[in-house]
Amino acid sequence: MLLMDSSKKISFNRCIREGDLVIVYEKHDTMKAVKVCENSVLQNRFGVFKHLDWIGKPFGSKVFSNKGGFVYLLAPTPELWTLVLSHMTQILYIADIGFVVMYLEVVPGCLVLESGTGSGSLTTSFARAVAPTGHVYTFDFHEQRAASAREDFEGTGISNLVTVGVRDIQGEGFPDEFSGLADSVFLDLPQPWLAIPSARNMLKQDGTLCSFSPCIEQVQRSCETLRSDFTDIRTFEILLRTYEVREWKMDHSKFEDGSSIAGPPCKRRQPSSEASVGDDTSFPAVVARPSAETRGHTGYLTFARRKCVS
Amino acid sequence: MSESKPESGPVINPRVTCEGCSVLLDINDGDRLVFARLSAGSTLKIGNKTYSLQPLIGCPFGSLFQVESGKEKPYLSRFVPPTEENNVQDEGGSQLQEESRDNRAIIDNNQAQTLTGEDIDAMRRQGATGNEIVEALIANSATFDKKTQFSQEKYRLKKQKKYAPRVLLRRPFCRSICEAYFKKYPARIGFLRVDALSLLLSMANVTANSDALVVDMVGGLVTGAVAERLGGTGSVCSTYLGGTPYPIEIIRMFNFSDEICKRILRCSFNDLCSVQIETGEQVSQHEDDCTMESQSNEKTSLSIGTEDVHLSSNNGDTDLVPENKLSSSSKTCKAPKAGEKAPKEAIQSWKENGFSSLIIAAPEQDAWGLVKDFLPLLTYSAPFAIYHQYLQPLATCMHNLQLEKMAIGLQISEPWLREYQVLPSRTHPCMQMSGTGGYILSEFQVAQLGDPPPPWVNLSRNKNSDRISNRNFWLIFQWLNPRPCSLSMVSGKYANWDCAFCIG
Repeated sequence: MLLMDSSKKISFNRCIREGDLVIVYEKHDTMKAVKVCENSVLQNRFGVFKHLDWIGKPFGSKVFSNKGGFVYLLAPTPELWTLVLSHMTQILYIADIGFVVMYLEVVPGCLVLESGTGSGSLTTSFARAVAPTGHVYTFDFHEQRAASAREDFEGTGISNLVTVGVRDIQGEGFPDEFSGLADSVFLDLPQPWLAIPSARNMLKQDGTLCSFSPCIEQVQRSCETLRSDFTDIRTFEILLRTYEVREWKMDHSKFEDGSSIAGPPCKRRQPSSEASVGDDTSFPAVVARPSAETRGHTGYLTFARRKCVS
Repeated sequence: MSESKPESGPVINPRVTCEGCSVLLDINDGDRLVFARLSAGSTLKIGNKTYSLQPLIGCPFGSLFQVESGKEKPYLSRFVPPTEENNVQDEGGSQLQEESRDNRAIIDNNQAQTLTGEDIDAMRRQGATGNEIVEALIANSATFDKKTQFSQEKYRLKKQKKYAPRVLLRRPFCRSICEAYFKKYPARIGFLRVDALSLLLSMANVTANSDALVVDMVGGLVTGAVAERLGGTGSVCSTYLGGTPYPIEIIRMFNFSDEICKRILRCSFNDLCSVQIETGEQVSQHEDDCTMESQSNEKTSLSIGTEDVHLSSNNGDTDLVPENKLSSSSKTCKAPKAGEKAPKEAIQSWKENGFSSLIIAAPEQDAWGLVKDFLPLLTYSAPFAIYHQYLQPLATCMHNLQLEKMAIGLQISEPWLREYQVLPSRTHPCMQMSGTGGYILSEFQVAQLGDPPPPWVNLSRNKNSDRISNRNFWLIFQWLNPRPCSLSMVSGKYANWDCAFCIG
């Protein structure tokens, strides 16, 4: 994902090459990850796009199909990747991911342990945060998912920052080789309290731990287990509210009851060329309102710090 | 307050304090947060007593200190709570007996405690520890046994905080600094809450080896956060309009290593846009462009052909204080080496490659005005994120970006954060909550026309992008003007760009 090699990072001079991963942006909610290959084509509702046309153009370009429709080609980022990856399990989204990475104090050079890997959404963001000198060791007990995740990390170019292991962390704990070396541990398990004693052994003093659980009972049980060796235990919930923006022409002349405030404005479609801007009785205003559909809950995030004992 | 850290020598272990490093002191479990710089002479005041911070030097971050009565005066001593002590608060954890007590008979008439203030002082003089005083208070309280178990715990905790205060030594990290400021001085950081800050960093894809452009009007918090994520690679340019850099003192709190410090650079907007310097073969082309610009550009104060860096007259600013003087005077109040004026090689590199992310945190400014200016400095497909305390300026900015098709993937988000108290049988969201953490507009820069322009051409796009006159960009000029094609942006949805007739 253009992380390790500074010669590969996006710039005015960097063009799309064979073998690059691009994010094909059709609409804000329709995106797809595609590996550029000079003999391939992309087919969608806008037509047929030849990859060959893409090679040599910069990222961010608008490219056209045989029918004249177009899409944009974006350079991949962990955020875009989260939106396009194939879901094998329920994933974490940007609000939780961003908060976790900050609250766990993950910076370049850190060693992060994670379980379970799932679809690798959070793992990708961890990799970004620890690059170029840190490492993420992630574990999943499902062999096929682990293999699939490994492939994905190869495809996004972060496989030298991430190692995927197949292991049942709840049952066996983390491998002993990491004892006392981990800066941060992240748990996304059905019964995290079973993994907490092992996490305690893995963490450096004052190291950070986070457990993600959808149910409050899991959180309660985790917190109880944390209390013996951890401090600064805090539980949060984070959600994102998105807004829609549109332009309205508030027309005073349409007013009946003569009050001076612009009450329910008459909503018109976008300013057309006929109703020119010089309309005396109306003026356009840009207004915003929260989106009608929003997520209600993802999970509770419980953070803690390993106590200092020496 | 500019004591220097030991620079050369062994690598400083970032998990242990040292002389001269900055720390965050957490008094009584979050009740009070104080930033301090550790030295032999630094002190901390708790209640009406002053304690030396000397014992804190050389201890690992995360250590807990408690007030102890010393021979001469009370001091802070390192304290490792035994694991059993925490269970005392839970009284055996999950196995809670049926609570039969309640507070119906307890009357609050301030008469329950038989120990007086003088008694307590006397105990202190005799060398009683804080914990002993707390126990004595509990023993002498007439109503203690009548309280419910939870109530007893609360009482004990309250007394402990007063008579046996504890100080937790915390490492200043982006998260703790942001939380401390948000709690104490939110206005100084423009009400940027920790989750909003984390979103800014994620959405702008701040990572190692990236060159980030930051317009930081929140005291340096965002610059510091970006520098932390860069970890000594790439660069972060804290830029500013006009002649005076915005204050970024908060970066001093971070305990940055020298490697990180030297990647935090400052550069005025004018310098970033200035005509190319020192590359001989391109001088004649520049002069051509400058001529073109000055003819069409109404700011005729632009000096033609002088490739000098000081073009502060360009923006019509009368602030012509030379850059060098400013940066040297502000150097004295910055941590050593962080926030240095960007060297010419860096500016050159940024112009050639473009910045790979842009973050604007200017909670009192007009977002659109800033975006217009800074967007052309960003490379193609680069993400950018704008933070604002108010929604309206971001709505206007987003609308304009849609109309002018300068960006895609536009989204305005408002983060919502709620903390929970999780205790056996007492789990609920916290009573207090933050009402707002601000709003963030995030998007991706697109490539204009799909053809990469020669590096020097970008400069002219910066000067009043709504009056673009550079000959290589006349196509864009037509394309960017609001045209009938904006009709197709129905109902504010920015996705249906079926306006092929817009081009050319």
